[in-house]
Amino acid sequence: MPGETKTGSDTNGPLTSDRVRFVLNGEVQELEPVDPTATVLDLLRYQLRRTGTKEGCAEGDCGACTVLLGELDGAGAMAWRSVNACILFAPMIDGRALLTVEGLAKGGELSAAQRSMVDLHGSQCGFCTPGFVMTLHGARIGGRGTSNVTPAELLAGNLCRCTGYGPILDSVSQAAEPNGSDAATAGQLSALRRTEPLALQWRDAAGVLKRGFSPRSKDELADLLLQFPDARLVAGATDVGLWVTKQHRTLDTVIFLGDCADLRGLEETDAGLTLGAGLSYSEALDALTRLHPELGAMVCRIGAVQVRNAGTIGGNIANGSPIGDMPPALIALGAAIVLRRGGERRTLALEDYFLGYGKQDRKPGEFVEDVIIPRPQASTLVRIAKLSKRFDSDISAVCAAFALNVEQGRVLEARIAFGGMAATPARARACEAAFTGQPWSDETCTAAAEALSGDFDPLTDVRGTSGYRREAAANLVRRLWREHEGLDGPRLTELAPIDA
Amino acid sequence: MPDDPSPTLCAVSRSLAHESAEQHVTGAALYVDDVPEPYGCLHLALGQSAVAHARIKAMDLEPVRAAPGVVAVYEARDIPGENNVGPVAHDDPLFADGLVQYVGQSLFVVAATSTAAARKAARLAVVDYEPLPAAITIADALAADLKIEATQTMQRGDADAALTTAPHRLQGQLEIGGQDHFYLEGQVALAVPGEARGLRLLSSTQHPSEVQHLVAHLLGLEHHHIHVEVRRLGGAFGGKETQAALIAAAAALVAAKTGRPAKCRLDRDDDMVMTGKRHDFTAGYDVGFDAEGRIQGIVIELASRCGYSLDLSSAINDRAMFHADNCYFLQDVRIVSHRLKTHTVSNTAFRGFGGPQGMLAIERVMQDIAAVLRLDPLQVRQVNLYGPGRDVTPYHMTVEDNVAPQLIEELAQSSDYAARREAIAAFNAGSQAIKRGIALTPVKFGISFTTTHLNQAGALVLVYTDGSILLNHGGVEMGQGLNTKVAQIVADVFGVPIAKVRVSATSTEKVPNTSATAASSGADMNGMAAYNAAMTIRERLAGVAARWGDCPPDAVTFTEQGVGAGSEVIPFADLCRRAHFERVSLAASGYYATPTIHYDRATHSGRPFFYFAYGAAVSEVAIDVATGEHRVLRADILHDAGRSLNPALDLGQVEGAYIQGMGWLTTEELVFDAKGRLLSHAPSTYKIPCAGDRPPVMNIALWKDGRNVRPTIHRSKAVGEPPLMLANSVFLALAEAVAATGPGGLPSQLDAPATPERVLSAIAKTKAAADA
Repeated sequence: MPGETKTGSDTNGPLTSDRVRFVLNGEVQELEPVDPTATVLDLLRYQLRRTGTKEGCAEGDCGACTVLLGELDGAGAMAWRSVNACILFAPMIDGRALLTVEGLAKGGELSAAQRSMVDLHGSQCGFCTPGFVMTLHGARIGGRGTSNVTPAELLAGNLCRCTGYGPILDSVSQAAEPNGSDAATAGQLSALRRTEPLALQWRDAAGVLKRGFSPRSKDELADLLLQFPDARLVAGATDVGLWVTKQHRTLDTVIFLGDCADLRGLEETDAGLTLGAGLSYSEALDALTRLHPELGAMVCRIGAVQVRNAGTIGGNIANGSPIGDMPPALIALGAAIVLRRGGERRTLALEDYFLGYGKQDRKPGEFVEDVIIPRPQASTLVRIAKLSKRFDSDISAVCAAFALNVEQGRVLEARIAFGGMAATPARARACEAAFTGQPWSDETCTAAAEALSGDFDPLTDVRGTSGYRREAAANLVRRLWREHEGLDGPRLTELAPIDA
Repeated sequence: MPDDPSPTLCAVSRSLAHESAEQHVTGAALYVDDVPEPYGCLHLALGQSAVAHARIKAMDLEPVRAAPGVVAVYEARDIPGENNVGPVAHDDPLFADGLVQYVGQSLFVVAATSTAAARKAARLAVVDYEPLPAAITIADALAADLKIEATQTMQRGDADAALTTAPHRLQGQLEIGGQDHFYLEGQVALAVPGEARGLRLLSSTQHPSEVQHLVAHLLGLEHHHIHVEVRRLGGAFGGKETQAALIAAAAALVAAKTGRPAKCRLDRDDDMVMTGKRHDFTAGYDVGFDAEGRIQGIVIELASRCGYSLDLSSAINDRAMFHADNCYFLQDVRIVSHRLKTHTVSNTAFRGFGGPQGMLAIERVMQDIAAVLRLDPLQVRQVNLYGPGRDVTPYHMTVEDNVAPQLIEELAQSSDYAARREAIAAFNAGSQAIKRGIALTPVKFGISFTTTHLNQAGALVLVYTDGSILLNHGGVEMGQGLNTKVAQIVADVFGVPIAKVRVSATSTEKVPNTSATAASSGADMNGMAAYNAAMTIRERLAGVAARWGDCPPDAVTFTEQGVGAGSEVIPFADLCRRAHFERVSLAASGYYATPTIHYDRATHSGRPFFYFAYGAAVSEVAIDVATGEHRVLRADILHDAGRSLNPALDLGQVEGAYIQGMGWLTTEELVFDAKGRLLSHAPSTYKIPCAGDRPPVMNIALWKDGRNVRPTIHRSKAVGEPPLMLANSVFLALAEAVAATGPGGLPSQLDAPATPERVLSAIAKTKAAADA
C-alpha cells in the first residue's frame, strides 16, 4: 500500500518505521513517527490540539479522558467502546477510529447527550464533563459494555467532584441512537487495513531505541516473542500504562496484543469456558455470568466500563498483581492457563502460576494463550466477595472466592482463594480443610473461619490494616451458611429501595 | 438596594444554565492547559523532598541538568526576591532552603522541552539528608508540644461550674479525618514573559491577586509588573486558594529567568503529595446536661494537624471554634483549640474551612447525650436549639436570623423522620446481618470572612455602543456558577437578555487587590460590586434617556422591551449609542464592603458574620455487620439559599456539597505511613464518591420561605460551603446503625472517615463496651 512505510529521522540517523493511522472524528490522520509508548491523550492534546479530552489522573481512574474507540466488527460495521485515553498507547489506535468530544456536535447542533447535560445542569466546573459526555454518548450508540448496566454502573468510571451526579445520572439513556457517520467511518477503516503488521521504531531523547509491534495472530505473536523474548506484552495497558505515566519507566520493546484476533476466542461448552487471553472483561462478561452469576457480578466490580473495555482476563493474570480480582475467583473454580512459547504449549493450574510477589511462572518468550475455567457442578456453592472502601471501581482490600461442593448436607470439596491476604492470590488451605468432609452448617463455617487465621498473615497498607483483613475475611467465611440459607436477609446491595 | 427579586426581573431567580455549559459539553471551554502554548514554551517539574524532616547536607543537581531535554534548573539561591509563597506568615518557601519539613516539599524546579523530560529529570537529584525527628500525627505533635500558633480559647459563662452542677455528665472523643480536594483539574500555571520585566500568568487559582503579589515579591518586582488572569478553574474547593501560588511562582521564576514561556502542570500524584488538604482533627468533649438532654455546661477541646507551616490554619481553626455550637445554645461553654505543627504538608482551606470539623464534634455530643438518655437524638437537638433568650453564641454574637427550628420541623415532616425511625428500629430488631440508622442534622454556617478586611470586592462593567456588555468582577469561576449569577444581576439592571452580558476572565488588570473567591462569599460580594457598577452606568443612561424622552431620570425604566422614557421605548443599543455621542461614559467600576461586621481575635468575641446560612438533612444508611461495608439509602435535604439567585445552580451546589461531605466522612481516607509519606495519593487509592454512591433516593429542596433578613444582593444567601455539612447526617446515621449492633445506651465509638474498617472496628468496640 502506498505510504505504508515511511522513514523517520532523528539525531542518530534514519529509522524505518510505520506510521500510526487512524480516523479522528471522521478524518483520517497519519501521525508523524511516534514513541510506541506515547499516550493517546498526549497525542490528542499536545500534538493534534484536541484539548476537549482532559487529563484528571493519568491512571485510568477518573474518566476525564474518556474517548470512544471504534473498530470494524465481523460484519464490517462499526463497534464502539469507551476507553481511557490517558493509558492508551498510540499504536493501540492504529487502524481504528477515535471519537472525541469535539466530534459530537454536528453543524452547531449539540448531540443528545450534550443537550441533556446542558438542560439538566449536569456540568459545574466542566472539567470532567467531556469524559461524561463521551460515556453517555457511548451508551446511546450501543457501545461495548453499556447494555445491562445500571446508570450508576455506566458512570462508575467517571469521577465528578462538583455535582452529586444526579443530573448526569438523569442524562443516561440507552435508547439506541445511530452514530451518524458510522458508514463513512467504516469505509475509511477498510481503506486503512494493513498488509503487514504494524511495526514502529523510535529513538527517544536519551537515545534508547524503542520498538512497537502489533502482531495479528497468535502465530505471529509467538514468532515475535521468540525474536524478542523479553518484550513487554501489552493488552489493555490498564496496568502497564501506569508504568509509563506514573513510574516514568522506559519500555524498549513492546508487543501490542489488540490486533491478535485469534487471541480473543471464546469457547463455551458443558465442561466450561475457554477464554482467549486477549478477551476484554467486557467481551467475556456474558459468558462468565452464564458460568456463574457470582463471577459476572465480580467482573462488574473490576474497574468500570472504560477499564473493562480495555483490560483483559489474560493481562490481569499474566501481570500477577497480588490484588487482582479475577485470580481468586478463577483459582476457586479450578481454572488453568495455557502458556505458549513458539509452538510449545503447557497447561498450568492457575494457582501454580503465582510464585511470589511480582513473580510468575512465565518463561522468556512465553505468553498466556488461554484461560480454561471448568463449569461448577450444580452441587457447588459459589460465593465471591470483594471488600473495598468504595463499592464501585476500587481495588479490593480483601477478595474472597468460595467454591464448596455440598452434597447431602456435607461439604465434599472446598476450594477457597483469597486476594489481598498474601503476596499473591492464594488458596486458604487450612480453611478448606476445616470444611472438607464436614457437615454443611453454621458450626462448620465458624470452625473454618477460625482455621483461616492459620492461612494468611496479611499486610497493613493503604487499603486496610492486617487486623481488618483478618477479621473481615473470617467474617465472610463465618456467615457463608447463614447467607446461603437465606437467614441473613437481602445483602447490602440488594436492599429494597426506600420510598421517596 | 437590590432588594427582593421583583416580578420585573427577567434573569435573577431563574434557573438559567451555567454560562459555560455549552462550552463544557463540547470541550470548547478552555482551562489553563488547553490554551495553545506560546512558542518555545518550557515544561516544568518540581523536585521533591523524600523525607519528612531533615537538614539538607548537600544537593547534587548535576544529574538533573544533564538529563535529556533539560534547559534549566533553579533552586532557592536562584530566587531574586523573597523565597516565599505563604499567604499570611512568610513560612512557605518556594524551594526548601537547607531544611525540609514534609515529604514532597519542593526543592527545585527543572525546566525542559517536554513535561515527560522534566518529570523524569526531577527524579535524578541526589540529595543528602540529615534526618531530624519528625512529628507526623496529631498525637506526635501533642507529645512533642509542637504548635503552629498558641492554643486559642473561646468562652462564655463558666463551663467548669456548670459541669459540676449538671444532673448528667459525659465525656467523649472523636477522630475526624482530613480530605483531599481532588479538583479534577490539577494545579497548573502558564507564565509568559513580557516587556519591561512584565509577566503574564495564567493560573488556576482562586486568588489571582495573591498570586500576583507573591510572584512580584518573589521576583523582586512591583505588583504592577505581574498580570494574573483566570478564566475558569476545573474545580478548586479551597485547594486553589493558597496552594496555587507554589505552582504559579515556579512558572513565573522560570519565565523571568529564561525569558521563555513556562508551564507548570502537576501530575495528579504530585499534586496530592505536594499540596495541602482539609485538616484532620481530634475532638474531645466534657458535657453536663439535664434529663431532657439540654446542655448546661460544655468544654470542647479541638486539636488539628496543621502541617509544617501556618498557611490559613489560624482562620480555619478559628472557624472550627465558631461552628462548634452549630445551631445549639451552649449555656456555659469553653472551646479550646490546639493548632499543631507536624512534618506533613501544610493543611489548607477546604469548603467549610474548619466549620465541618467543629460542627461534627457538637453533633457527636448531641448523639451521645441522646444515647445515654435513650432519647431520639432529634429531640435532644431540638431542645438545644437557639431560641428566644437563648440566642448568644460562644463568641458573643446574637443570632438574629434563626430559622433552624422551622427548617428542622418541616424536614422532619417531609422526610417522615419519626415513622422511618420506628421502622428502622423494628427492622434492626429482626436483622443480624444488616443494621440501619437514620439521623437528622441541621447546619448553621456563618457567612463572611472572619478576617474582616477580606470582606470587600470590586467589579468593572463596560457597555459598548452596540448595547453589548462586558462584565468583569474580582471573583473566580470555579464551577459554582458565580459568573452566571453575576451576569444575571447585571442583565437585570439594564433590562437586557442574559446573552447580552459576556463575563470576561478575572484579571488583576481590571479589578485590583481582590480577595480570594472563598468563604462562600463570591456571589454576595462580587454580585453586589457588579450591581453597583452597573447601577452607576444605568444612572448615567437614565439621564440620557430622560433628555430623549423628556421625563425625569427616575421615571426611566429598563426592561427587556427596551428603555422606557416618557412616551418613548428606546432600544437599549440605541440608547448606548446616543450616550456615546453625548460623551457619557459607559464604563464604571463598582465596589462593595460587607457592612456591620467586626471581630476581636484576642478575646474571640464580636460579630464576625453578616448572617447565617441554614439547612438540614436526613440520611438513612445500612451497614453490613460482618464487613463494615455500608450504603446511604436515602437523603432528604431542605436548604436555605435565601431568595435564590438561580435555583438550579443552588440545587447543584447543595447536592454536590452533600456528596462531597459524604465522601469526607465515608470513603475518603488519607493514609500517611510512619515516615510521613502519603500512601493515598491518586484516585486508585483515594476514593471520592462515584455515581453509585449517590443515595438512590435523594430529595433536595430549597427552602421556599428562605429570605435573607440582611440586605444582601436580592436577599439571597451564600450557598458554596454550608451544604457540605449536611453530610454530617450520613456519619451520624452510620453511628446509629453501629449502635444498633449493641444494647444501646452507650456513646458512639465511630471515627471518621467511616470506612468499612472503621465501622467494623466501632462494632467491635460497641460489643466490648456492652460486655464491660
